[in-house]
Amino acid sequence: MKHQPIDQYAEKIAEEKRAAVYGGSKAGYDSRKKALFNHYTAPDDLRRLAGALKQHAIENLDTYLPQVEAKLTANGARVHWAEDAHEACQQVLEIMRARNATKIVKAKTMVSEEIGLAPFLEKEGIECLETDLGEFIIQIAHDHPSHIVKPIIHKNRREIARLFEENGLGEYNDDPETITRRARQYLRHKYLAADVGITGANFVSAESGRLVVVTNEGNSRFSLAATKVHIALVGIEKIVPKDRDLAILLNLLARSGTGQQLTVYTEFISGPRRAGQPDGPEEMHVIFVDNNRTQVLASDCREILRCIRCGACLNVCPVYRQASGHAYRSVYPGPVGAVLSPLLAGSRFPELADLPKASSLCGACNEVCPVNIPIPDLLLRLRNRGKREKSAVAAAATPPLGSWALAATLPAAWKAGLAMGGLINAVPKPLLPQAARSWIEARGLPLWRGGQFRKWLKRRKK
Amino acid sequence: MSSAKRKLPGVERRIQLMATCLCDAFYDDVAAATVEVLEHVGCKVDFPAGQTCCGQPAFNSGDWASSRKVMRHAVRTFAGDDPVVIPSGSCAAMMYHGALIEFEHEPDLPAVEQLGQRTWELCDFIVNGLGVHTWGGRFDAKIAFHRSCHLRGSHSTDAVYQLLRSIEGVQLVEFDEFEQCCGFGGTFSVAFPHISKSMGELKLNHLLAAKPDVIVSADMSCLMHLGGLAEKGGRPIKSMHIAQVLRDALQNKGRAAS
Repeated sequence: MKHQPIDQYAEKIAEEKRAAVYGGSKAGYDSRKKALFNHYTAPDDLRRLAGALKQHAIENLDTYLPQVEAKLTANGARVHWAEDAHEACQQVLEIMRARNATKIVKAKTMVSEEIGLAPFLEKEGIECLETDLGEFIIQIAHDHPSHIVKPIIHKNRREIARLFEENGLGEYNDDPETITRRARQYLRHKYLAADVGITGANFVSAESGRLVVVTNEGNSRFSLAATKVHIALVGIEKIVPKDRDLAILLNLLARSGTGQQLTVYTEFISGPRRAGQPDGPEEMHVIFVDNNRTQVLASDCREILRCIRCGACLNVCPVYRQASGHAYRSVYPGPVGAVLSPLLAGSRFPELADLPKASSLCGACNEVCPVNIPIPDLLLRLRNRGKREKSAVAAAATPPLGSWALAATLPAAWKAGLAMGGLINAVPKPLLPQAARSWIEARGLPLWRGGQFRKWLKRRKK
Repeated sequence: MSSAKRKLPGVERRIQLMATCLCDAFYDDVAAATVEVLEHVGCKVDFPAGQTCCGQPAFNSGDWASSRKVMRHAVRTFAGDDPVVIPSGSCAAMMYHGALIEFEHEPDLPAVEQLGQRTWELCDFIVNGLGVHTWGGRFDAKIAFHRSCHLRGSHSTDAVYQLLRSIEGVQLVEFDEFEQCCGFGGTFSVAFPHISKSMGELKLNHLLAAKPDVIVSADMSCLMHLGGLAEKGGRPIKSMHIAQVLRDALQNKGRAAS
């Protein structure tokens, strides 16, 4: 293999798609910067504080999980624990069957993508309609999200207008407002006809059992207005100790993700409808999903569980900008995905062990992360794990460095190498090692001047 | 990632130079300029002749067993208590940050830590280690400073700016997407040739749009990559390491450069 899979993907990507991803992510980066630095004098201190807060939360899940279960139960919700993706899907199905329910309206949740909920339910004859505009477009296009916050970042409006036309949602019209209005009209009826509303949760407070769901379209509220049952799918790492912790996290989430001070809708859900309340679901189920998260927690990469899914690391990442989210072959793309996806893959880690290599280790991701995750350090740890587990896909196109390391421990060999290296100035290109050939395909090679500095030093001392 | 602030007690004058493998093989003038710059601020420069590399190529490739061998060699080579000064933000970060990760579970971690704690990037050392805040001299040029990624979160970026701004004739030019990487990334550049090149071309476009006389960095690796791309693309650039600018500023003192 001449180069890594993500590089191959980037090379073949259509220019239109690359430009959409590049423009969308750069805009996201710029608006984040404005929102954060115009409003706070020391945003980096806030990021560190939020990081410490989330780190505390995940390291004390053994305390907070039972606490949140007790609170949710007291609030009238039913709590389920799903060890893996299949169990989580099965639990949703059982809740549906118990009520003879067949129609779901679903707000955006990354964990539902992770467990493959929609295709699972489809096979069981259950309609699971996406209500977030981006996810709705992905659904009718039979596509996959390529960004955590902006699932259709890779599409332009002309493509979406064609898609709407093909799906009977009006004649071709690429005006964004028209597209939105048409989707809204279509979805309104679906909300009324649905039995069950599914949401995720951005945070769950252990103190109060409150679920926090943020959206910009209000689709989550609609999903819960007319349906009888609310199912929330929640990764176990979403728990925060106290309600007051939400202040800093909500402020950072919106600013980092979309450059807003707050998302347009921030719902605090304390339980199902209570006696005397006019609307809201009669039943509320919270399914806490593990799906290898406890394994991640036990590993030396546990900091990744701080992630609040804002997408800022995707927006700033030069590799993501060139390759797009689809290059990552997994639900979570970009820097966070390069760490999280191989970890969540469990025993299938070696298959995705090339993802942590898709980084120049520039550290921009860490610099923008609202919970200050040391992503480059985690990428390095996973590269080492990929090497130890002998992942073939991770090793591709990487020059072996064993003999180089040996020479670097033997000063005499090193000096001989410096003297011999001059050959590189004269050697015919086909005889150069693969790595050097890959280098000179795009770049000039500087002149080899091995040992010249040492000679200069000696001359000077005389 | 950040270097701990460790202002030296009193005036420390004896230092060990780690020239970096890139300067050893390609950029001898950068290493020579580093020696002259350090001597100018009163340092006695030792060059341990057994030095090779910081081990970062293997570390970044995931081959930590190989990298640790190289780092152990560095620990032996740079023994003692004298500061180790490196004309590279990248190699310095390997010494004070990366090495601590790969030695996390190794018995000789304390020795690696001890070395990391006295290792400095050149400009960080001059400004924060020695307390030299103005450089002086003259260097008539429009400079585009490419902040290499390993300077993120360290004290080196501010140090570079302090020094450059104190040189008469230096005009710093701004350019778009300053925070973005040049695309080098060590073995990344050969395992991801397409993305690496795309990133580099973008960086070059932004840099050249600012019409600088010279592109300056604290890391030769970025300049090797950018210079190589520019040369192949038929738009050669003039680039210099910060140490060369500091040295030349002293030599150009009092007169305009040609």
